[in-house]
Amino acid sequence: MADEKNGPLGNDLSRRQFFTKLGLGSLSIAAVGTAAFSYQYLEPNVLYEPSPVVNAGKPDRYPLDSVTLDVNNGIYIIHSAEGYFSISAVCTHLGCLTAWKQELGLIACPCHGSKFEQSGKKIEGPAPKPLPWKRVWINDDGDLLVDRSTDVPALARDSFVRV
Amino acid sequence: MAKTVDRYFGDLQQTRLWRSIFRSGPGSSTLKRALVIQQNVFLHLFSTKVRTRMLSFSATWYLGTLTLGTFLILVATGIPLMLYYHPSAPQAYADTKDLQFVVSSGMFLRNLHRWSAHAMVFLVFAHMFKVFYRGAYRPPREFNWVIGVVLLLITLLLSYTGYLLPWDQLAYWAITVGSNIASAVPVIGDKIHFLLLGGHAVNANALLRFYVLHCMILPLAAMFFVAIHFWRIRKDGGLYNHDSEPATVRAKMIGSAVKETN
Repeated sequence: MADEKNGPLGNDLSRRQFFTKLGLGSLSIAAVGTAAFSYQYLEPNVLYEPSPVVNAGKPDRYPLDSVTLDVNNGIYIIHSAEGYFSISAVCTHLGCLTAWKQELGLIACPCHGSKFEQSGKKIEGPAPKPLPWKRVWINDDGDLLVDRSTDVPALARDSFVRV
Repeated sequence: MAKTVDRYFGDLQQTRLWRSIFRSGPGSSTLKRALVIQQNVFLHLFSTKVRTRMLSFSATWYLGTLTLGTFLILVATGIPLMLYYHPSAPQAYADTKDLQFVVSSGMFLRNLHRWSAHAMVFLVFAHMFKVFYRGAYRPPREFNWVIGVVLLLITLLLSYTGYLLPWDQLAYWAITVGSNIASAVPVIGDKIHFLLLGGHAVNANALLRFYVLHCMILPLAAMFFVAIHFWRIRKDGGLYNHDSEPATVRAKMIGSAVKETN
């Protein structure tokens, strides 16, 4: 007859300890699984958010040397001598909508006073980064399109669109 | 007249119905009065005996009790407000305006909810300062301080989530800014932002999540921790009273012993 405290396999685990470990182990696995399921549940798989691609209309709507704010989509459409380009109007600090100040010739954020140049370059303020440039192109109908989800390098030749 | 009322009340306390509900019988002995507290599901969290000195205004300025008072007002006004409020965009804004201008007493309830919320945040901070400057956070009460900090965070989160519900410009931009602060957390910041809003921007999903947090999850968490907070007061030896703290008593005894030997 084996030692009462030892299991049938001769190791140091008693039957009670074995089942305790088995139970706790199962509960741990179930807890991890529940946490994973909960996390997945809380993360929406389908978002009914507006498309990142914005149709900004015919380019001739925007006169030369103009900065136009699209309030609903949070972008500027800028027609400069080099061509059309678009930058985000959402402040890189905490996400407020900035505004173009025609009389000062700069972009300013009403929330915490960040200031940017027309090219998105940061002048001052708590904003840590410049306003990012967005990809622009002309579609087959001759409309100016902006992809808000794609950043392009500032002032790069390909970041402008010429008509 | 008063005597008659007392007698009727005494008779009532003798009835089987009363005894079945409240268990402790009539009488005003120390034991009976202690049992009234101990045997009541709501009051058993509290100490059965309190020093008269601790019931005076100067001892605590009643700040903790007043905070609970504002919380109860917020529950009592928040539930009726829920009856006219749909947590959907853009209906939420219209409902808020209806509550303000169309629903009978809606403006009163909404304003009471708002001012109580402001008062609660103020009182929580005042309560913290009072506890801190009296030194009432010291052992054995240090864990109750920690629970208090959790309650402070819950209070601030309740304020923050309630801010979005009117669905006006102030709410929208306040939550845009506030949730972007969460993005500043290293590595997982953007994930927290996404889970909190249920999307990439403040929209219908965010409104619904904030509504559920504000009306369900956070109030339940608050009640849970408030219950522990009160129960710990009893378990940690009642409200802090400097004159009867063990250290003070010991110092006094040593002082008087020294005097006697001299």
